[in-house]
Amino acid sequence: MTEAALYAAQRVTAMILAPLVLIHLGLILYAVSDGLTADEILSRTRGNMAWAAFYGLFVLSAAVHAPLGLRNILREWLGLRGRMVDCVLVLFAALLAGLGLRAVLAVI
Amino acid sequence: METGTAPQPDSTEPDRTKPDVPLGDYLTVRVSRGKGPENRYEEFQVPRRENQTVLDIVTWIQRNADPALSYRFACRVGVCGSCAMTVNGKPRWTCRTHVSKVIGKERSLTIEPLRNLPRIKDLAADMSAFFEKWQQAGGRFAGKTDRTGPLARIDPESPGRKAVDAGIECINCAVCYSACDVVTWDEDYLGPAALNRAWTLVNDERHAEKRETMKKVSAAGGCHSCHSHGSCVEHCPIGLNPTAGIAGLKRRSVLQTFRLSGEK
Ligand code: SF4
Ligand code: SF4
Ligand code: FES
Repeated sequence: MTEAALYAAQRVTAMILAPLVLIHLGLILYAVSDGLTADEILSRTRGNMAWAAFYGLFVLSAAVHAPLGLRNILREWLGLRGRMVDCVLVLFAALLAGLGLRAVLAVI
Repeated sequence: METGTAPQPDSTEPDRTKPDVPLGDYLTVRVSRGKGPENRYEEFQVPRRENQTVLDIVTWIQRNADPALSYRFACRVGVCGSCAMTVNGKPRWTCRTHVSKVIGKERSLTIEPLRNLPRIKDLAADMSAFFEKWQQAGGRFAGKTDRTGPLARIDPESPGRKAVDAGIECINCAVCYSACDVVTWDEDYLGPAALNRAWTLVNDERHAEKRETMKKVSAAGGCHSCHSHGSCVEHCPIGLNPTAGIAGLKRRSVLQTFRLSGEK
């Protein structure tokens, strides 16, 4: 992938995430108003495909966005760059997507 | 008609009969000295003069206090771009920087070489990397015709020509390069001046190698590394806006990557 494509991916996912994060924060405030347990939250969200789609998109965007930001930080602050770093970051993206989608699947 | 009245002085004119600097006034100037990475500070007492520039101060020190002081200048009028130094922590063109503007109430003046470039000696920084990146960014003009061909006719109102106009007056002083934190962090980053140059070229209808220039500025360490925080704009003595040009390069590279633009 070219630097331009990575740059575009980072900006596009940022645009997607901006409203999603706000809704997500609002949802947290609402959800924890009665104390917070996974069971309790799941009992309220389970089976709702709209929330599943919402968090599916959220997870995928975050999985693309976060490693790209980390890539710039590693490059600028620690001088780490090159294929090896990119490979590790792809794995990191896969890890984020995997963990996130597992949680989304639990909702369905 | 009245005769014999002397012309009245215009009250908006400064009173040139009084010096703006008291006679016999001295300034303590700290100068960074050393070869290569070594660095020590030396203090000099320099007489204050009217309309004195920072370059005047450095020149006074070299001529009157220490002839071994190394620094660089040529035109003394803000054209050649060779006199840039770090003045009280900020990169500036010293020939057009008045002492009275920078010493503040504390009346302190510290002069160091430009940041982000290796020091050769004292106040002279090694500009090689700065100019090499100019080339790495595809900053060399390639004509479509030779000198016998007809002159290109460029509409002064065309958007391309206007974009070129906005960035073309760069004097290669490296003030922006010295002000840019991304240059500090990432040794491969091409920097504001080289990218600004590339932006004027990809907007120049006569440039035959726009594609190559775009390819070079889109590689790692190119335009996408810019944080758009505008330190280059803040410090550019000519008032250029490299950040805007770099944003233009980013936009163009993304459009070209996804084939959304017919521009070559
Ligand atoms: S806007 Fe870009 S080029 Fe200018 S100082 Fe900031 S990072 Fe450097
Ligand atoms: S863009 Fe401005 S600060 Fe940078 S080299 Fe050109 S004139 Fe100097
Ligand atoms: S000496 Fe030429 S720009 Fe300052």
